[in-house]
Amino acid sequence: MNKYLESMRVMLGAAPRRPEPVEYTEEAKTIHFYKKNEKLDFQALRLEAHAHQKKRIWLKRRWITLLAINLLFTVSFWLDIQLLEGALTASRLLGFHLIDLNSALQVMLAHKHIIVNLLIGTGTVFVLWLLLGGRTFCSWVCPYHLVAEWAEKLHLYLVSKKIVSDHTFNRRVRTVLWVIFAALAWVTGYTVFETISPTGIVSRALIYGPGLALGWVVLLLLFEVFYSRRAWCRYVCPIGLTYGITGVFSPLHVTYKLANCHHEGECRKVCEVPHVLDCIVKGRAPAAQLDIGADCTRCGMCVDVCPSGALTFEIKGLRKLM
Amino acid sequence: MNTEKPTPPPKLVNKRKLEDRRRFLRSIILGAAMLGISTVGYIPVANAWKTRMRPPGALEEEDFLSSCIKCGQCVQVCPVQAIKLDDLDQGFGIGVPYIDSRSQACDFSCDAVQCILACPTGSLAYKKPAFLPTRSEMVMANPPILLAKEKDPEPTLNLKERTGLAVLVKPEICLARQGKGFKGAARGHEFKGTLRFMEVDRWKPIPLRDHPFELELCDLCVRTCPIKGAISLESVEENGVMIKTPVVHEPCVGCGVCEMVCPTEPAAIVVEARKGWGA
Repeated sequence: MNKYLESMRVMLGAAPRRPEPVEYTEEAKTIHFYKKNEKLDFQALRLEAHAHQKKRIWLKRRWITLLAINLLFTVSFWLDIQLLEGALTASRLLGFHLIDLNSALQVMLAHKHIIVNLLIGTGTVFVLWLLLGGRTFCSWVCPYHLVAEWAEKLHLYLVSKKIVSDHTFNRRVRTVLWVIFAALAWVTGYTVFETISPTGIVSRALIYGPGLALGWVVLLLLFEVFYSRRAWCRYVCPIGLTYGITGVFSPLHVTYKLANCHHEGECRKVCEVPHVLDCIVKGRAPAAQLDIGADCTRCGMCVDVCPSGALTFEIKGLRKLM
Repeated sequence: MNTEKPTPPPKLVNKRKLEDRRRFLRSIILGAAMLGISTVGYIPVANAWKTRMRPPGALEEEDFLSSCIKCGQCVQVCPVQAIKLDDLDQGFGIGVPYIDSRSQACDFSCDAVQCILACPTGSLAYKKPAFLPTRSEMVMANPPILLAKEKDPEPTLNLKERTGLAVLVKPEICLARQGKGFKGAARGHEFKGTLRFMEVDRWKPIPLRDHPFELELCDLCVRTCPIKGAISLESVEENGVMIKTPVVHEPCVGCGVCEMVCPTEPAAIVVEARKGWGA
């Protein structure tokens, strides 16, 4: 099956498919054959993985980027230096329009009329995230993602203490909500989703000062801490799906190298969207090298924890070019 | 879970099925809850409990609400910070801009209605598209002349429709009608609102409290009005007595400066948002 179709299918909520025997390349078959007889000390691998985790190069880079972008919005307004005006829903970088794709979609559906500035801003952002990987927006820009990461840490701690347990949902719920929110915008003529969008609420709160709407964000975080790990980003957020679709054909990926992998599974434990890492299960990868699917937020957590360099950031074509 | 005795295969299947069913139900509840909560966002469209005054150049309310992307760029360019973004408690139009004239009116200190220029989606527009009709009573008869640049080659404000209309809602407390003067800061020394006074600084609005008045007869609404010919004090006969009263004329754009400066509490003159001339 076409890898892009499969990547879309999984993103929309289907379970990852186990490849048919004919889909395996000869190279992959050979690697799997030798791996079958490999005896690995998983405890040692795990320890190695945890030691590796300490550096967290990508986590640091990402947090710095995310904070820098969001603070630039705040500073631009407060110091009136006009570098990056507006909020995450729509802004101007040195005068150039940038418009959030999901907000733009909601406005276009609600208003049923598109002006040039809206088109320019949306087009620019579309190309930007097409190149940078779609959901890269989520983990590198969205301010809710960062607070949700902190909530996730707390959630995992409580889980380890057996105080709470994670309740998973059917991931198709996000696809259904995406369609309904789009339909609601069209039918009601109002951007209904924006009312509950924590991305918009947190972004505006950072720039224009906190408001009561932050209460909703707190409720969401409490839900994630005590009931379901990363529930908003995993099962609800239509912004994530919009950017996911944008990045289906993106050249920027986390790439999986079968030969390097020890299959100890540390990457899936830290991943926000572990279904994209189904290929790391022993015997699953149909090729020696694979691009991780479109639902991947390119957060780099897996790259950080992987003790054997099996997961790395790659830009398609760049290696050939250089 | 791991400590349990290995269960026979058929039971294991049932358990998984049960968990699947639970997850399915949970997912439906989650989806329904998110939709339910988000539909409170529909309240502003279903005409919220407050009629908000929108920034200059705003489309008619329904179109305005549908097109606003809630980015606040209009807030950022306003030199007097007249534009604010709505919160949860104000009809759920979260992030939608409005002006509360009593606390800070739009005094056109920017000269060019920059909020319209900043709007990325056309919610605020100099010229409305033909298929987004504006009520005829909102359209100005002539381009409004901004007193601050009356002597400029181009004295008009690039604004074709009014945002509202000033109305003397409480004539009984109006100082002018009672023949009273006014002395001091128009809104007291605590008031934080700012206003541009041409005689002080052409480019910089100053706090209203820093510009005290001493008036024989209060005409604050008339003397601070930024638009030419929008309001004047007229002599009228009431119950056989000649009194002075502020009268609003057609050039009023509904900026709200009169409402901000009115020294009575509450204001005798207010801007009625989205009200047109003669309507």
